Amino acid sequence: MCDSCGCNLTQSNRHLVAADGHLAHTSSGTESVEVLKGLLDANDLQAKHNREHFDQHQVFVVNLMSSPGAGKTSLLEATIDALAGDLNMAVIEGDLETENDAMRIRDKGIAAIQICTGSACHLDAHMVHTALHELALDELDILFIENVGNLVCPASFDLGQHRNVTLLSSPEGDDKPAKYPVMFRAADLLLITKSDLIEVLGDFDPERAGSYLRRLANPAPVLALSARNGAGMHAWLDWIREGIELHTHSHSHGVGD
Amino acid sequence: MKYWQPMHELAICQALIDEVAALARTAHASSITDVYVSVGPLSGVECSLMRNTFPVAGAGTVVSEATLHLQQTPVRIRCEDCAAETEVAANRLICGRCGNWRTHLIGGDELLLQRVVMQTHRPRRE
Repeated sequence: MCDSCGCNLTQSNRHLVAADGHLAHTSSGTESVEVLKGLLDANDLQAKHNREHFDQHQVFVVNLMSSPGAGKTSLLEATIDALAGDLNMAVIEGDLETENDAMRIRDKGIAAIQICTGSACHLDAHMVHTALHELALDELDILFIENVGNLVCPASFDLGQHRNVTLLSSPEGDDKPAKYPVMFRAADLLLITKSDLIEVLGDFDPERAGSYLRRLANPAPVLALSARNGAGMHAWLDWIREGIELHTHSHSHGVGD
Repeated sequence: MKYWQPMHELAICQALIDEVAALARTAHASSITDVYVSVGPLSGVECSLMRNTFPVAGAGTVVSEATLHLQQTPVRIRCEDCAAETEVAANRLICGRCGNWRTHLIGGDELLLQRVVMQTHRPRRE
């Protein structure tokens, strides 16, 4: 978005600043300044800068978002086990407190940078920028950013990632996309986790979760897996490999030309 | 690394205040009276939280006396099949005419500082 050409004006807000609009009047003795600037522009600019860093080093970056306890760290552990020796990986961990998740990743022999957000509910592009300079980006094929567990705030902040993956664990219920549209609209992949519990729960329908996602006009694929018993992991790993391949291909074209 | 923001509306209020403060400096304003922001339901920002957070984040700044006006914009989509433009609920972005889910958003995710009203000279005493 930019603040000079008026491209921020949409059909739904244009009337506000039109000559007779609600926001157009001024009273005497005051000056009214029209601005039209996105409030997340500073973050979005930093995110763009982060993405340039990642592209320069040919690192494919995946932002994992979900509620707390949906299984982001367990998914990463299973993913690292499956891809170690095949791909070079690193993880940026966002949590309010503790290095616990980063330690779980480091136990697997993978570099992990922990960002403790204090009481902050989300990662932003500036925090990720600080963390990325602690990583040897040149050596990496893929960087996972494990966002703060929260189905609301992280969706509003671009970090410079190439793909958003939103996890929905089966115990949370299949109507989460209808309840948290901002988060699920941002997903490039919906991962239904803890699929081994679907049978026990009896009332979680992956197809229903998928249909709620379509109601958000989101064409993202839906995959179900269990990090615990390994079911469905292959499709997830293929999605990762395909993403890296596409990213490397599009980037090396740009450099070679 | 430590960061302190209890909710993302605070981070957004701080960005808003930084922006308004920069405008006030440029215009040599003595105070800001009104700040107009438009918020789409799909921006992920809760208007009531913005309203409560603004005075806290703005205390001791150029906006400490300002009124925050939040204008909620509707969610509007255009159908990729029948090209109809309809106003819809934030969690149901399907075409209001033909029911197709392949639509794209044309309004409702914005988070925009629209207008700032400032005093550029001190009002005369009556």
